[in-house]
Amino acid sequence: MTAASYPPDLLYHPDHDWARIDPEHPDEATLGITWHAQDALGEVVFFEAPAVGTALTQGAPYAEVESVKAVSDVIAPLSGEVLAVNDRLSDGPQAINEDPYGEGWLVKVRLSDPAERDALMDASAYSASLGG
Amino acid sequence: MLAAIGVGSLQELFQRQIPAAVGLSAGLDLPEGMPEQDVYTHLRELAARNVSAEQELSFLGAGFYDHYVPALIDMLMERSEFLTPYTPYQPEISQGGLQVMFEYQTAISELTALPVSNASVYEGPSAVAAAGYLAKLHNGKRRLVVSAGLHPHSIATLRTYAHGYGMEVVEVPLVQSAGEDGDGAGRTDLDAWSAAIDGDTSAAFFAQPNFYGAVEDAEALSAAAKAAASGAQGSAPVVVAQVDPITLGVLKAPGECGVDVAVGEGQALGNRLDFGGPSFGLFAAREEHLRRMPGRIAGETVDVDGRRGFVLTLQTREQHIRREKATSNICTAQALNALAGVVYLSWLGRRGIVELGELLLARTHYARETLTALDGVSALHSQPVIREFALSLDVDVAAVRRRCAREGVNPGLDIHALTGRESDRGGLLVALTEQRTRKDIDRLADVLGAAVAAERHVVAA
Repeated sequence: MTAASYPPDLLYHPDHDWARIDPEHPDEATLGITWHAQDALGEVVFFEAPAVGTALTQGAPYAEVESVKAVSDVIAPLSGEVLAVNDRLSDGPQAINEDPYGEGWLVKVRLSDPAERDALMDASAYSASLGG
Repeated sequence: MLAAIGVGSLQELFQRQIPAAVGLSAGLDLPEGMPEQDVYTHLRELAARNVSAEQELSFLGAGFYDHYVPALIDMLMERSEFLTPYTPYQPEISQGGLQVMFEYQTAISELTALPVSNASVYEGPSAVAAAGYLAKLHNGKRRLVVSAGLHPHSIATLRTYAHGYGMEVVEVPLVQSAGEDGDGAGRTDLDAWSAAIDGDTSAAFFAQPNFYGAVEDAEALSAAAKAAASGAQGSAPVVVAQVDPITLGVLKAPGECGVDVAVGEGQALGNRLDFGGPSFGLFAAREEHLRRMPGRIAGETVDVDGRRGFVLTLQTREQHIRREKATSNICTAQALNALAGVVYLSWLGRRGIVELGELLLARTHYARETLTALDGVSALHSQPVIREFALSLDVDVAAVRRRCAREGVNPGLDIHALTGRESDRGGLLVALTEQRTRKDIDRLADVLGAAVAAERHVVAA
């Protein structure tokens, strides 16, 4: 298990989801769950992905992560449409534990309202919200 | 405690918490108490009014069947290790119970030709309803299309559950009288079936054989369900078959007929009639539905020393999940009944279940031929049947049943009394098991023939 980390280049949703917005493509984002989320879940055994094309709404569930302890909804930090799903998670869902911000990414989306990013936290605010 | 919370009496506590309008204004209308010994006598007298399947010659089936239960089953069921209904969450002390679940799942999976089976649910009708919920979780659509050939109790249970799921149930009739479409009478109306299934259909249910004993064209129904939705938006509906496991020795397995989920009443497998329960429901599906399966699943694994062992698997789906996404866990106390099921299947064996099916096929054919030769008795439909068939009497069925009962014969179910369908008036559903011999069938023919003749005489007079 990796040590706790909250990269400064990501945006954070209070339900423990992150979004990475590439400055070159400000209308697209990669989404995932935070180190804190995967740590609370424990060993992830299954990721139930949405279909490509699914519409996401900020704050609403769009996928499920199943660990040995629980099945949890994954909450969309931003609204948009799913462009791609991390297919490698179907054979290796443990990437969500091992590399939550890299190999463990969940989906890529085309944002329907990029201004929603203003409602998200930066790494230090999110870190502080965890009481750490 | 009363003093600590500041009330004077239990009565006062209730009065302060419960609005007067919902309280009882008068006492319950119950008789005076009786001494224990008198109660025992009273109950004994009531119990003596029951007629068991061993006290009469019974051809009653309609979902529960009077098959022979070998002594082997009682011996194993009474072992104290198996008596606890509690879920074996601690594999280190539960290997026997877990292995039973695993062996049971293997048997059901082989029988249905579907790759995953759970360790059973409550009973047949709730298995049907749970399949509806699986479909809702799978595709989120809201319409359930159901053949009228499902057992009426299953349709009623599905309707009850569907209300809570926010789903609607659409019933598709069977082909009725032997008119232009006489060949199909007694089977699900394939045109109506296709017409009822649209892009908003979550699941489509049929029974094999259906409630009236008719063998359905399972492949045609499955294919039609998938084709009907193919032009529409999204995925095809989940095709659910309600099967009678006893018939799977001679019928093509649901998994080979395009069925996605097979459910059924397990009672016929090693469980006695027992006044209608408890029993168990079987539930098997294609692998894509694994994570939506209700109940418990035991899995095979190896321990740290590499030895074969068993554990509960996927239990987070049942227990540790948001309530509206959870699968059903109404299954705990059925493990003992499912144990009887797997022992029964092992006792019959691969050859035995085929031989039993062939025996039932021959006896049912003989019974149908013999009974439809009686005056005033005809076949309600002429579809192939395996262990049960529907007759049509031209006189009052309830009156005929009463006359037969006086002769110690239960000729079968008054279909209309259960379904309330006008087209079922005069319908009698006759079931066979290996316990009903050819001689018994001849006796039924004598008694039923006399009863119908007597009723016809009454009507004519």
